[in-house]
Amino acid sequence: MKWFSLKKREEIPAKKAWLIRIVAVVLSVLCAGLVILLLGFHPFVTFGEIIKGALGSKIRLTQTVLKAVPLTITTLGIIIAFKMKFWNIGGEGQIMMGALAASVVALNFPDMPRGLLLLCMGIAAVIGGGLWAFIPAFFKAKMGTNETIFTLMLNYLAIKFVTYLQYGPWRDPGSKGFPKVADFTQNAVLPNVFGLHIGWIIALLLTVAIFLFMNYTKKGYEVSVVGESIDTARYAGMNIQSIIITAMLISGGLCGLTGMIQASAIEKTLTYSLSAGMGFTAIITAWLSRLNALASLFVCIAFAVLLQGGAYIQISMQIPAAVADMIQGILLFFVLSSEFFLQYKVSFHFKKAKGVA
Amino acid sequence: MEPVKAIEMKGISKAFGSVKANEDVNLTVYNGEIHALLGENGAGKSTLVNMLSGIYMPDSGFISVYGEEVRFASPKDSIKKGIGMIHQHFKLVDVLSAQENIILGDRQGTFIKRKKLTQEIKKLSDQYGLDVNPNKKVYEMSVGEKESLEIIKVLYRGAKILIMDEPTAVLTPQETKRLFEIIRNMKEQGCAIIIITHKLNEVMEISDRVTVLRKGKSVGTVNTKEVEVQTLIEMMVGKKIDLAITKETIENKKLLLEVDGLYVMNQEKKHALTDISFSLYSSEILGVAGVAGSGQKELCETIAGLNPAEKGRIFFEGENILGKTPQEIIRLGIRMGFIPEDRLGMGLIGSMDIVDNIILKDYQNAPGLFLKRSRYYEKANRIVDKLDIQTPGIFCPVKKLSGGNIQKVLLGREIDSDPRVLITAYPVRGLDIGASLTIYDLLNEQKKKGVGILFIGEDLDVLMDLCDRVMVFCGGEMMGTVDPSQVTKEEIGWMMAGGKMKQEVRA
Repeated sequence: MKWFSLKKREEIPAKKAWLIRIVAVVLSVLCAGLVILLLGFHPFVTFGEIIKGALGSKIRLTQTVLKAVPLTITTLGIIIAFKMKFWNIGGEGQIMMGALAASVVALNFPDMPRGLLLLCMGIAAVIGGGLWAFIPAFFKAKMGTNETIFTLMLNYLAIKFVTYLQYGPWRDPGSKGFPKVADFTQNAVLPNVFGLHIGWIIALLLTVAIFLFMNYTKKGYEVSVVGESIDTARYAGMNIQSIIITAMLISGGLCGLTGMIQASAIEKTLTYSLSAGMGFTAIITAWLSRLNALASLFVCIAFAVLLQGGAYIQISMQIPAAVADMIQGILLFFVLSSEFFLQYKVSFHFKKAKGVA
Repeated sequence: MEPVKAIEMKGISKAFGSVKANEDVNLTVYNGEIHALLGENGAGKSTLVNMLSGIYMPDSGFISVYGEEVRFASPKDSIKKGIGMIHQHFKLVDVLSAQENIILGDRQGTFIKRKKLTQEIKKLSDQYGLDVNPNKKVYEMSVGEKESLEIIKVLYRGAKILIMDEPTAVLTPQETKRLFEIIRNMKEQGCAIIIITHKLNEVMEISDRVTVLRKGKSVGTVNTKEVEVQTLIEMMVGKKIDLAITKETIENKKLLLEVDGLYVMNQEKKHALTDISFSLYSSEILGVAGVAGSGQKELCETIAGLNPAEKGRIFFEGENILGKTPQEIIRLGIRMGFIPEDRLGMGLIGSMDIVDNIILKDYQNAPGLFLKRSRYYEKANRIVDKLDIQTPGIFCPVKKLSGGNIQKVLLGREIDSDPRVLITAYPVRGLDIGASLTIYDLLNEQKKKGVGILFIGEDLDVLMDLCDRVMVFCGGEMMGTVDPSQVTKEEIGWMMAGGKMKQEVRA
C-alpha cells in the first residue's frame, strides 16, 4: 500500500502558487543554513555576508551587475530558442564564436575610430554566434537532425578552436611565452557609463526588445506557434524552415553578442575560458523565468547576487568555494522542485488500509 | 442459481481539482453479464472504469470484486484480481509479434518459453473464438486483429472481468459484428464484461443491462430488453432531444472543387490514396465514409495544400491548386476552410487564448511587423457570441474549454472567413449529442449559404442523415459514391470493407 498519492492539479490560484514558491525559497535557505551549521559556520552570519558581498559596497554591486549582464543577454537568446522548443544548449559555443568574430575585427583594425570599431565588433559577434546557431538550425529544418546533441557538440568545437588559437597561431609574441592572445587596444574596449561598462544598458534594452518581439510581433507569434505545434504552423501557412532559421540566428546572435561584451569589456582579449559556463547557466535561468524575457532580468540579477556573494564568502569567511556552489545547488533544487508541487497535489494516507496491498 | 456479483462499486466519488468527475456512483456487474456503461462525453465513464483498473484511486466509496473489498494502488493490483482493461487506443508495441505483446510486462521467470506460450495462446484463441496468429507482428495486423490481440492479452493474464472502452470506434460494421460474437462467447464462458459506448444501437444489440451516467452521477441501471432507445437518451441527456438531423436539397449547384486522378503517398511511402476523382458542388455536403485510416486524412490535407501528391490535379473553381502551399492558397484569395481531425494538434494552439487562435490564418495578410491583436477582439467576441461558445472570455486559453467549445472556436474561425469550400474531418469527434447537433446545424447553415462541404465522418447514421452524397473509401481507394436515401447502412459497410458499387450517383 502506498502511503501517499499524487493528484494532478487542474489549476492553482495565483496566491497559492506564490505561497508555494516562497515556501520553497524559505525551505532552501533553512536547508542551506543547516549545511553551513554542520560545517561549523554561523548560518545567519554567512547569509548576511553573501548579501553584503553582493550588494554591500559600490565595487561589489558593480561586480554583481557585471555578472548579471552577460547572463541576462545569453538567457534572452536561450528563451527565444526554447520558446520554439528548439533545445539550444549551444550557448557556450555561440558565445565563443561571437567573441572570436569580435576579436578578429578588434585585432585587425585596432586603429579604427572607437565607435565604428565597437559597432563592427558587435555586428561581427552577432553574425559569428548566429552562424554557429544557424548550422544546427539548418540541419534541423532541412533534415530533422537532433538539435540537442548538435548544439552541444558545437560547444566543444568552438571552445577547442579558440584554445588552439590562443596556444597556437594567435599567441601574443609579446607575452613572454605566456599563452594568451594579444590585448585589445583601448578603442576596442566598451566605454563605461556610471562606472560600469555600457553592457548593462545593452542588456536592459535587449530585455525590453525581446519581450516586445516575443509578445507583440508577427515573428514572435510564429516562433510560439512553431514551438507549440509544427502541424498547426503548417496548417496556418507559415514557412517553418525560415522561422526556425531566423529564430536561431537571433538566439545565436544574442549569445554571440554576450561573447563580444565579455571579450571587449571584461577580458579585453580573447580567452578560451571566457564563456565560463554561462551558456549552461542561462538554460537554468531561462526555465526559472518561465521563458518570459522580463522575468529573466530579475532571475539573472538574483543569480548574479548568489554568484558574487558566494565568491565573497570564500574570502571573507574562508568558507570553501564548494559551499557557495552547494548553496546555489540547494536553492535551485528547491525552486525547481516547487514546480512539481505547483503541478501535483500530494496527499498522505496514514490510516491503515484494508484489502489488497 | 443466484448470480455472482463480479463487481460492486458503491458510492464512488472522484474529483479532479474542483471538477467532480464521479459523484456517488453505483455499479454492480454480475458474472456472465454484458453490462453497458452509457453516457455523454465527460459523463465520467472513463474515470469510473479507470478506478476499476487501478489507474485512479477513488476519493470515497467502496469497490468489491467477487464480494471482497479491494483498494487498488496500481493497475497491477487490479490485474491480480482478474480485471482486464482494453483501452480505446490500443496499447500494443508495433514492432513486436502478437505473443511478445502478450507477455510484455508479465514478469514470470527470466526466460520466455515460446512453445508453451504458443500453446496457451492457441488454447485461449480456440476457447473464445479469437483469431490471432501468435507470430504475426502488430504492424502487419488489421484493426480487428489488434482488437482480438488486446482481448487475448488480458485473458492470458487471467482476466475474468473485461472492461472495453469504446471498442467499436475504429471497426467496420462487419468487424463489429465479429467482436460482438466474441463478447457473447466470453459471456457464455462466465466472464463479466463492461462495455463503454455512446452508440445506442450497440447498447441495444449487445448488452444485458445498462448503467447510465450523467455529469458524473449514476442515473440508473435498467434491463436492456425493457427499455426504449428514447428513454436511454433522456437518461443520458436529462431532457428530451430531437435526434433528427435535417437535410434540405438545394438546386442550382455550381462546381467548386474537382479532384482528378489523385495519387498520394503517406509518410511510410505507401499509397495512401489511389486514383481518386470526384467533384464537390456548392450547397452540398459530400460525405466520406470509411474505416479510420482509409486515406481520409491524406485527402483533406492534400486538398488543403499540406501534403504533396504524387500525381493528379485539384481544381478550385477552374484553377489547379495542387502543389501550392497553404500560404500560396491563402494568397490567391482562395477561400477554403479546413477543420482538421486533430484540433489541438493542428488547427488550434491549446495554450494560446481565443484571440491568438483567431488571428492564426489572418495575421499574415495584415501589413507591418506587429500583430495588432486588439483589431481582432471584435471578431473574437462576434464568434463567441454567434456560436454561443462557453468561455470565461476571449483571453481564455483554448485548451481550458470543453471539447465542444474548442471545436466551435475552430469552426467559428473557419466560417467567419466566409469560405467557398469547407473541409471538415471528424468535426464531432469527442463531442456530446447536444454539441454535435449544434455543429450539424452550423454546417447545414453554411450549405444553405452556398458553401460546398466535404464531411469526413465515422458514424454511418450521421453520414446518411446529413450528407447529400456519400463517397466510400477503403484502403485509399474510392469504392463508389452513393445516395444515402437509396442504400442501406449494410451496403455502405460492405463497401467500406472493400466491396465495389457499380452505380454512381450524380449530384
